Amino acid sequence: MSATLAPPSTGGAPSGSGASGGRVRAALGHALRSREIAVAVVLLLVVAAATARNDSFLLSGDGWRDLLLTPSILLLLAAGQMLVIVTRSVDLSVGSTMALTAYLTGRLFIDQPGLPIPVVVLAGVAMGALLGVVNGVLVAYAGVPALVITLGTMYVYRGAMLSWAGSDRITADQMPKDFLSLGTSSLLGIPVLTIVALLVVAAVGYYLHTARSGRELYAIGSDPDAARLYGLKVPTRVLTAFVLCGALAGLAGVLHAARYGSVSSSVGNGIELQAVGAAVIGGVAIFGGSGTVWGAAIGAVLLVTINRALPILGIPEFWQRAVVGALILGAVVLDRLLAARRARRLDEERED
Amino acid sequence: MSASTPTRGTAPVGLSKGEARTYASYARPAWQRWLLTRETAVILLLVVVFTWATSSVPNFDGPLTLYYLFLDLMPILLIALPMTLVIITGEIDLSVASTVVLTSAVTGLLTIDAGWGFGQAALVAVAVGALCGLFNGFLVGYVGLPSLAVTIGTLALYRGIAVGLLGTEAKTGFPEAWTDRVKERIGETSYPQVLVVFGVLAVVFVLLLHFSGFGRGVYEIGLNDEAARFSGVDVARTKLLLFVLAGAVSGLAGVYYTLRYDLARGDAANGLELQVIAAVLLGGVSIFGGRGALHGVVAGVLLIGVISSAMRLQGETENVTTIVIGLLLIASVVAPSFLSWVSGRLPAGVKGALSRRPRRT
Amino acid sequence: MKFNSRRATALVALTLAASTALTACGGGDGDGGSGDSAETITFLPKNLGNPYFDASSTGGEDAVKAFGGTFEEVGPTNATPDAQVPFINTAAQQGVGALVISANDPTALGDALEEARDAGVKVVTFDSDVDAEYRDLFVNQATAEGIAEAQVDLVAEQIGGEGEVAILSAAANATNQNAWIDLMEEYAASEYPDIDIVETVYGDDDDQTSFDKTAALLQSHPDLKGIISPTTVGIAAAARYLSTSQYKGQVALTGLGTPNQMREYLEDGTVTAFALWNPEELGYLAAYAAHALVEGDITGEEGDTFEAGDLGEYTVGANGEVVLGEPTVFTVDNVGDFDF
Repeated sequence: MSATLAPPSTGGAPSGSGASGGRVRAALGHALRSREIAVAVVLLLVVAAATARNDSFLLSGDGWRDLLLTPSILLLLAAGQMLVIVTRSVDLSVGSTMALTAYLTGRLFIDQPGLPIPVVVLAGVAMGALLGVVNGVLVAYAGVPALVITLGTMYVYRGAMLSWAGSDRITADQMPKDFLSLGTSSLLGIPVLTIVALLVVAAVGYYLHTARSGRELYAIGSDPDAARLYGLKVPTRVLTAFVLCGALAGLAGVLHAARYGSVSSSVGNGIELQAVGAAVIGGVAIFGGSGTVWGAAIGAVLLVTINRALPILGIPEFWQRAVVGALILGAVVLDRLLAARRARRLDEERED
Repeated sequence: MSASTPTRGTAPVGLSKGEARTYASYARPAWQRWLLTRETAVILLLVVVFTWATSSVPNFDGPLTLYYLFLDLMPILLIALPMTLVIITGEIDLSVASTVVLTSAVTGLLTIDAGWGFGQAALVAVAVGALCGLFNGFLVGYVGLPSLAVTIGTLALYRGIAVGLLGTEAKTGFPEAWTDRVKERIGETSYPQVLVVFGVLAVVFVLLLHFSGFGRGVYEIGLNDEAARFSGVDVARTKLLLFVLAGAVSGLAGVYYTLRYDLARGDAANGLELQVIAAVLLGGVSIFGGRGALHGVVAGVLLIGVISSAMRLQGETENVTTIVIGLLLIASVVAPSFLSWVSGRLPAGVKGALSRRPRRT
Repeated sequence: MKFNSRRATALVALTLAASTALTACGGGDGDGGSGDSAETITFLPKNLGNPYFDASSTGGEDAVKAFGGTFEEVGPTNATPDAQVPFINTAAQQGVGALVISANDPTALGDALEEARDAGVKVVTFDSDVDAEYRDLFVNQATAEGIAEAQVDLVAEQIGGEGEVAILSAAANATNQNAWIDLMEEYAASEYPDIDIVETVYGDDDDQTSFDKTAALLQSHPDLKGIISPTTVGIAAAARYLSTSQYKGQVALTGLGTPNQMREYLEDGTVTAFALWNPEELGYLAAYAAHALVEGDITGEEGDTFEAGDLGEYTVGANGEVVLGEPTVFTVDNVGDFDF
C-alpha cells in the first residue's frame, strides 16, 4: 500500500491541463488518460450498442427524451455529492432530504393553491439547504465524521418525512399541470429537467474551477491540516459544501415530484449510494482532493443509462444491480492502476 | 500519508502529536478510568431504558419480549462482532447485508433446488460469505483501495448476484428440524438457543480483540497504520482476515435469516448494514479507528433493540423509532465535542476536533 | 489534558442522549399501550404509506368504531416479510384480539402467525393470503380467476383481441401478482390465442422504478399494443409515463388502480378502463370478520355466516375464504362516483 502513495488525481483538478498545454500531442494524450473522457467513451459505447440492438433507444422521440431525462435527477445529486466528497466528507442523507423536499413540494401545492411555481421550487431548494446546514454544522464544527452524522440524519430526515406524510401520498391530480409539465416538456428538443441539471453542473464546475472558495475545497480535501495551517477557513468551506449539496438534493426532490407526478414514502430510498457510486465512477476520489463535477455527472448518466440499456441488450433485469456493482468496483480498481502507473512514471522522471 | 492511502487512522504527522491518543490516560484514578468511558455510558443508558420499559411499557415485562428481542437482533449481534474489528482498523464494510442475502440465496438454491442436506448447504453458505469477505479484503488490504468505495460496489454486486440467482422465486420449505432448532429456547427461559452460538462467537472475538497480539495489531492499525507496519504488524493480512471474518459471520447470519423466516428471497435484510454500523458506533467505537470495545458494542445493539421493541409495544410506527435511533447516533458522537466546547475549552476543543477529522468515513 | 476532558464529558453526553431517547419515547405514553383490550383489532398492511392500504385501513377503522372496539394500525416502511415479523410478534406480546394482515409472503410469516395464535390472537388475512394453516380466515377481494380474467378481457377489448401485451408487476416476489400473472397467461392463451404476452417486468411498487420500467418496456418492444399492470402503484406510474409520451392512445393500459390516482388519465384519454374492488369495503369486511372470530360467533369453518355491518351477511367458503365480490370496472363515465 505504501508503494502507491501518489494522490489519485485521475481526471485531476482542472489546473492539470494548463501544465501540459502547448503541445497538441500532449493535450491529446492527456485527454485520452482523462477519466471523464474514458467514462464518456464507455457511455457512448453503451448507447451505441443499445441503439444497434433497437434503434428506438436513441432515434425515437421518446427514446431521445428518456436518454436525456432519466439521469437528470441523479445528476443533480451526484453534483452535490461530488462537492462534499472533494472535501473528504460524504453525505448519506441526500435520499432522505430529497424525500422531504418532494413531499414539501406536494404539500405546498395542496395547502397553498395560489402559490406561484417558482416560489415552491425555491422553498424546496431552501428546505434542502437548511437540512444541509444541519449536516454541515455538525460535521464542520462538532468535528464528527460525516459518515456517522449523515447516517444519523439519513434516519432522522426519513423518519421525519414518514411521520409528516403518514400514509398520505401525493398524486398527480393534486399538483398543477404547469408544474408537472416541467417534468416532461422540452425546449428545442432537450427536456427542461436536463437543461436545469446541465446548468447546475456548469455552475458547480465553474465555481470549483474559478472561485477561490471552490479551489479551496480541493485543498481541504487533499490535506485538511495543511489547508488549516495555510489559513483556509476549513469549517466554513466544509459547511458551504454541505449546504450546496443539500440545496441540490432539495432541487432534486422538487424535480422528482414534477417528473414522476407522485410522492410516496419510498422517494429516494437508497439513492444516496447511487450518488456516491456515480461520483466514484466519474473519477472523484472517495478520500477527497480530486475529481471534477463533469466526471460525477457523466458517471451518473452512465449508471442510469446502463440500467436502461441492459434489458435491451438482452440481460435479464434481475442482473442489473450486479452489473452496477461490478462497474463501481471496476472504476475504483482502474483508478488505482492509473494512479500507480502515474506514480511510477513520476519516479522514473525524477530519476532521469 | 497521502490522500490515496485508504486507511484513515490518524492525522498526518506533526499536527496530531500528543492528541490522537486513545490509551486510557493514567492521569486519573483507576476507578475513573474504568467507569467514565463511552462503554460504561452506553451500558448505563441501556439499563436505564430497560428499567423504564419494564416499568412503564405495557407488556414489555411479558415472557415473549426478550425472546423476540434476541431473535430479531441476532443478525445484528452476530455481524456487529467482526464489524467492530473492521471499524477499529479504520475501515468499514457496507456489504454485509448483501452478503447475508447472497448466502441465504445460496442456502436456498442448494437445499431446495439441488436437494443438498441443509448442513452441507449451510457450510457452503458460510464459505461463500468468507469468499465475499476475501474479495473485499483483498481489494482493501492488498490492492489498497478505500473500503468505503469497495464495499459500496460489493454492496450492489453481492445483492445483485443474489437477486439475479433467485429472480422472482422465493425459496421456502426448509427442513423443519432446522427451522425449529433456531427458535428453540434454552430450557424454560425466554432466551432462544441461538444465543449460545452468539455467546461462543462473542467469547472468540473478545479473546481475539482484547487478549491477543492480533487484537493489539488491530488497534495499532486504527491509530496509525504506518506506525503499525513499522512495528511489525502485517497490515494487509490483518485487514484481509478481518474482512474474511466479517464475510463468514455474515454468511452465518444469512443461514440464520433463512431458517428464522424459512425463506430466501432477494429483498431480505434491507438496510441491515446501516443498522449494524449504527449499533457499533453507538457502542462507542470510533469511526476513525483505534478505539472501541466489544462490551460497548453489544450494549449498543441491545439498546437499539430495546428501544425498537418498547416503541413497537407502545404502538409507535417504525418511523418514530427511526428518528430516535438516528438522534441517538448523532447525540452519542456530537455530545462529547459539544460539551467540551461548552466547558470553556473552545480553542483546544475545536482544534482537537478538527485534527481528529483527518479522514472522515 | 483536552482528551481527559472529553472522556469526562462522555458520561454526561450519554446522559444527554438518554434524556433525548426517554423524552422521545415518553411522547408515546399517551396514545399507545392499549394492548390489554381483547377488542383491539390491529391492522398490519404490507407497508405504510401506500394509498391502497390507507383506504383499507379507513374502512377497517370505520367498522371497528361501529362495533365498539379499539383500532390500531402498525406496519413496516418496506414491504418485505422480515420487516412484518416484529409487528406480528408485538401483537402476540400485547395479546390483541385480532390481527388483520396483508402478508408479504405466504410462508415466511407462518411461524410468527402461529405463535400469535398460540397467544390467543385471531388472525385474519386480507388482500394477500398466507398458507391456510397459518390463519383463521382470509378475506379475499375477489377470486384470483375473476381478477385475472377481468384484466385480460379489458386489455383484449382495448387492443382488438390481438397483438403484443406486456405486464408491469409489483415486486418480483409479490404473491398476489405472481398468482394473477400465471392465471392471466393461462387465460389469454386459451381465450385469446392472438394475444402474445411478451414480457413481465417488476416495478417493485415504487413510482420511479415502475415509471422507468414502463419506458424500457415501450422501447424494447416497439410493436407493443397493451400493458397490464395488476398493481395500483404500477398502473399510475405507467399512465403518467404514457400520458406524456408518443405512445399515448396507441398503447392500451389497464390493470388494477384506484379511481383517485387514475382519474386524470381516464379524462385525458391515456386509459379507457381499469378494474379494482373497493379497498375500504375490503378493510371493513376484514374488521367485521375479525370481530366475529373474537366474539366467537364463527370459527372460520366453511358455511359459517356473519353480519358485516352495512355490507350485509357473508358466508365463509372453502379454505376459510370470504370473498368480497367481483371487481368493479372504472371508466370515464363512472369514475366520478368513487373517492378512494
